[in-house]
Amino acid sequence: MTTRAAGTAARGRAATEPADIGTAERAARLLPAGVPIQFLDADGKPTDESRRGIYTEPPADLLVEAYRRMVIGRRFDAQATALTKQGRLAVYPSSHGQEACQIGGVLALRPTDWLFPTYRDSMALITRDIDPVEALTLLRGDWHCGYDPKAHRTAPQCTPLATQTPHAAGLAYAAKRRGEDTVAMVFVGDGGTSEGDFHEGLNFAAVYQAPVVFLIQNNKFAISVPLTKQTAAPALAYKGVGYGIRSEQVDGNDPMAVLAVLQHAVESARAGEGPVLVEAHTYRIEAHTNADDATRYRDETEVAEWQRRDPISRLESYLLSTGALTDEDIGAARKQAEVFAGQVRDGLNADPKVDPLELFDHLFTEPTPQLREQRQWLSEELEGEA
Amino acid sequence: MPTMTMAQALNAALRDAMTDDDSVVIFGEDVGTLGGVFRITDGLARDFGPDRCFDTPLAESGIVGFALGMAMNGFKPVVEMQFDAFAYPAFEQLVSHVATMRNRTRGAVNVPMVIRVPYAGGICGVEHHSDSSEAYYAHTPGLKLFTPATVEDAYSLLRQAIDDPDPVVFMEPKKLYWSKAEVTTPVQTDPSGTAAVRREGTDAPLVAYGPTVPVALEAAAAAEAEGWSLEVVDLRTIVPYDDKTVVASVRKTGRCVVVSEAAGFAGVSAEIVARVQERCFHSLAAPVLRVTGWDIPYPPPIVEKYHLPGVDRVLDTVARLQWDDEPDHRFLEAVPA
Repeated sequence: MTTRAAGTAARGRAATEPADIGTAERAARLLPAGVPIQFLDADGKPTDESRRGIYTEPPADLLVEAYRRMVIGRRFDAQATALTKQGRLAVYPSSHGQEACQIGGVLALRPTDWLFPTYRDSMALITRDIDPVEALTLLRGDWHCGYDPKAHRTAPQCTPLATQTPHAAGLAYAAKRRGEDTVAMVFVGDGGTSEGDFHEGLNFAAVYQAPVVFLIQNNKFAISVPLTKQTAAPALAYKGVGYGIRSEQVDGNDPMAVLAVLQHAVESARAGEGPVLVEAHTYRIEAHTNADDATRYRDETEVAEWQRRDPISRLESYLLSTGALTDEDIGAARKQAEVFAGQVRDGLNADPKVDPLELFDHLFTEPTPQLREQRQWLSEELEGEA
Repeated sequence: MPTMTMAQALNAALRDAMTDDDSVVIFGEDVGTLGGVFRITDGLARDFGPDRCFDTPLAESGIVGFALGMAMNGFKPVVEMQFDAFAYPAFEQLVSHVATMRNRTRGAVNVPMVIRVPYAGGICGVEHHSDSSEAYYAHTPGLKLFTPATVEDAYSLLRQAIDDPDPVVFMEPKKLYWSKAEVTTPVQTDPSGTAAVRREGTDAPLVAYGPTVPVALEAAAAAEAEGWSLEVVDLRTIVPYDDKTVVASVRKTGRCVVVSEAAGFAGVSAEIVARVQERCFHSLAAPVLRVTGWDIPYPPPIVEKYHLPGVDRVLDTVARLQWDDEPDHRFLEAVPA
């Protein structure tokens, strides 16, 4: 071959092959499964091995625990919805239908790990054993956070979407620096993945190899805006590769798969393998909150279709079929859920104690002279009213 | 005594804080290897290692949010925003979380972090390099706001900011980075929330902070020739604000001029004036006046001198303090009948 022809041939090759084969291989290893991981189909029947990827079935006792907690979670969610209609809560964003993610996320964590929830993750908070009244304080409206985040290793419920993503990265990096084996899990919605802080949080977590698991609960809606208007990505799970973050996508209504994938992700992060991104495909059965009218932007047939893929009934079917659950167990779980719902009612039906003067007390460790002055003026106003 | 620039004093404060407390970490864009575009963090990465002083990705919201997460788990981050206007992407993190985390958690989670911001103009900077953004932070309850004007205060206030269990936006007047003074560090001036009377006078105080403190001092010196004895009050910290010192000065003299580089409308200068007239009305012999930047975006370098409050404009304003009981025609005629 002449020199000119060899040059042309070389350029032709360069145009079709990646110059650095290592990069392509590296990227491939970060990509999620092409089809969401699934262990149980919508009827609770075990799926083929090919749907399970690298993941292993969680132990039966953990699955039974997950089942019990999902039953409690759903009953709690329904109770909170009812209390909102009665005016005991200012607003309630329901996670009905997302029980596998709510419970699976928490059960994959140790008590010493940290959770960074959003305003929709009340079910996860009570699964984390936060007192239900404390968990609902934000939504009742007597204070912006009802629980001690450090005592529960659970960040305050975050309202500005995705802004807690860099917090989780920073806290997890700090834990790594201090030699702790703490993992941080942050919940983000499909809408939240469009926010700039989602991008920045993932980038920081990856650059610093922070032990963070990002769980995207893709429930298909950001209030009324459907996923198709939110992204052109093949799936949200493909957003991870751009940061060098290993990613996975999972059937978010399959509690077994969600647990399997999240446990693997958490332990992988804990072992120092870096952050992990998991997209869980699920559905928001209720409207955005009690104040929203979902009929304005979606069809009841779509909702019914997703109700047929219910996470609780599919796990229940499976566990009954293996004998891990009996009808008595199911009855006991439902009874326990009713007792819990009663506690929630009692707690929320009592009027919250509010001290308006407390509004000035927590801005700084030492109030400024101006805050003391204003506290005094409000105090005089209140005395005048008395 | 050795001579030191403000930049060196800030560097010394960071260095001494890092030596005294292992939980202090410095990060931001270019602060590690380069030592910062203004060299404020010069030598820290070399001397303390890349774990204590390091470079981050180019993402201000991420920097502040990441720092908040670290502050929640045992660290005291001191982050740098490269220039005032480049801090804006971090505004949501500052206002919605850094400022509110302690309040939202009833004190369970405090945020011991410092956000250093080089601010203000007078350096012939191109667009976005000379902003005075202090009003946005002053208006955010839950953030402290320090702004040193002297070399000594730069050291003392930065040490205090780092020791503060609550978040401090630390605004450094960049044109003063190269100002010099004879200072030995470590040095403690006054606790935050204490203004300083830099020059005593009997006719009126010039109340200033940050970059306008030297302007006020120069104006006060020039004013002597015109027969005025001007006091200069350096606020030092906008939050916490020292009402006492400012009020004492105004009640003593009966007049007040506020000098601030930022655009006047809805600025910190407006807050100072409001507080003075509330508290000192019966001591006032004249309206409280302001000398501020115009209500325009910070101008290009070639024309910035028409914008910045300078000695001449300060003296013209002092002249309008109704010394002859003559009403101020500027405002009388501003709203026609």
